[in-house]
Amino acid sequence: MRLPPVAITAIVFVVGFALCTVQFPNFASTRVAANLLTDNAFLGIVATGMTFVIISGGIDLSVGSVIGFTTVFVALAIERLGVPPLVAFAAILLLCAAFGAAMGAIIHVFDMPPFIVTLAGMFLARGASFLMSTESTPITAPLYSTVSDFALRLPGGGRLTAIALIMLAVVAAGAVLLHFTRFGANVYALGGSRATTALMGIPVGSMTVRIYMLSSVLAGLAGIVFSFYTAAGYSLSAVGVELDSIAAVVIGGTLLTGGQGSVVGTLLGVLIQGLIQTYINFDGTLSSWWTKIVTGILLFAFIALQQAMLGIARRAGPRKAGVLKS
Amino acid sequence: MMPSIMQRLLQTRGLAQIIALLAILAIDRAVSPQFFDLRMQDGRLFGSLIDVLNRGAPVALLSLGMVLVIATRGIDLSVGAVMAISGAIAASLADAYGLPVALAAALGAGLLCGLWNGFLVAVLGIQPIVATLILMVAGRGVAQLITEGRIVTFTAPDLVWLGNGAVLGVPTPVAVVIGMLIITGAVVRGSALGLLIEATGGNARASELAGIGTRAMILAVYVWCGLCAALAGVIAAADIMGADANNAGLWLELDAILAVVIGGTSLFGGRFSLVLAMVGALIIQAMNTGILLSGYPPEFNLLVKAAVVLVVLLLQSPRFANAGAVLGRARQ
Repeated sequence: MRLPPVAITAIVFVVGFALCTVQFPNFASTRVAANLLTDNAFLGIVATGMTFVIISGGIDLSVGSVIGFTTVFVALAIERLGVPPLVAFAAILLLCAAFGAAMGAIIHVFDMPPFIVTLAGMFLARGASFLMSTESTPITAPLYSTVSDFALRLPGGGRLTAIALIMLAVVAAGAVLLHFTRFGANVYALGGSRATTALMGIPVGSMTVRIYMLSSVLAGLAGIVFSFYTAAGYSLSAVGVELDSIAAVVIGGTLLTGGQGSVVGTLLGVLIQGLIQTYINFDGTLSSWWTKIVTGILLFAFIALQQAMLGIARRAGPRKAGVLKS
Repeated sequence: MMPSIMQRLLQTRGLAQIIALLAILAIDRAVSPQFFDLRMQDGRLFGSLIDVLNRGAPVALLSLGMVLVIATRGIDLSVGAVMAISGAIAASLADAYGLPVALAAALGAGLLCGLWNGFLVAVLGIQPIVATLILMVAGRGVAQLITEGRIVTFTAPDLVWLGNGAVLGVPTPVAVVIGMLIITGAVVRGSALGLLIEATGGNARASELAGIGTRAMILAVYVWCGLCAALAGVIAAADIMGADANNAGLWLELDAILAVVIGGTSLFGGRFSLVLAMVGALIIQAMNTGILLSGYPPEFNLLVKAAVVLVVLLLQSPRFANAGAVLGRARQ
């Protein structure tokens, strides 16, 4: 029996949490757990979208810039133009959907690598947010204080905030969409083999468009959540989040070549990154750059693990004809 | 059947890039009438044109290594982080130990980073994007570990010369780029090595069966890429007389990839051109300088870059070329 990668991720998270608790007895509280969810809410949402993209065999580098663009757009629309927040949210989500659909269409129609198309998208979204404003715009709409005051009280003093609840809802909906719908099955099929998927009669083009649309819409939603979190819109916010979310997806056991993975694993990957950051905050003497180093080490460990498992699977399978191995 | 003008332009290697560079330089000249003025001062050439070359040196060095990696159907996302590491090492050692030790340590670190990437790709068989992502994430943390989170400054005159001095009137960074271009060109084009690299990128399996040591090839290009990145990091640090682990080389990996792609090397590996990658780096820098000179906010840069990426990719896309051919036929 082999453990699925998600189980290994879960074990890493539980062992990590236990180690933190041994060192800092205050760690095992609902307060820390709830903060872990709140602080990583936007990352959890964007990583859910990234999971779909990566399972389908693609990659989306534009998500960090889309988050930055969204925060600026929302802040300017609400504060400068006086648009009601909910209307601004609807507008930005539509805009994100169009943006993602355009990237997906270019990838499919011109048969270009997703890496470079979404790279152009990254430049475009970040540049557009710079053009709108280079300053941080505070948001003072009443909705924002209502949302940030709202929280479910947990026993032990933890506050499950609105944005944490949004994130959990997105993850749950993402899991259902990926594992229990035709759309989800098609995503796995695309990641397994594009040619086979096309031959099976699945509309590859519209799937590609919809997958990137989903990723961009979730990035837009993450941007709205980020603006709730910081109560401001800033064009430099969420720089590098695309890397964090790719790392979370990989640590969550999703195969970067596509075809395998889960949304629950991604949530665990996000929480592991948050755990490292929380440990560093508790410790107080370690600097925050250790987060990057430890994340890098975990990335390596999980990728090496995937590679080893692929190797075992290949050896167990039938030997290919004509393969020379010295 | 006469091929259309567009097809012919697409088929002549390098012509499109050189026309693009000349067009951008002409726009720069229109924006700023003194653009082509050169003057000698303190034994060094000055002028906007020299500035383009000088500012473009780090990206040019990065793309010199990147073009070989991309030719093997790989990619190296970690070059920006490697720049930060080598800059941090050079800046922290320069004052106490002198240039030779600092330079050797910084370049050695670059070699090690390249060896690590090459090991992951060639020996463990991990996809290049993923393999180099590890160092991209962790590398900046390592650089901050070296600088202890501060911006390390130095005053060692010989290291400062590397960023701000001149060789025969040419700024040192430009001279370094020219030197590295000649060395790289001599090694890969003066021998069969370049051909073997192209074969590896074209079809690794077939090359392996034909007796090419593809693993050694892949390892070598990543090591070379790491070395070039380390050199770029030292020059970038010498230029500002300090090392900033957070911002040194930030996003330059994307500029380097862009330069290589503009230079006509396909991301799917195979045929590559060192000189055209350099032209690509110059195009990017000439655009940056032009936007600065024209008085537009520098934020405009990213939008222009996004447009350039799309246009270049469309031109390279096989389906687009087919569409062009169909249009050409329809016109006759």
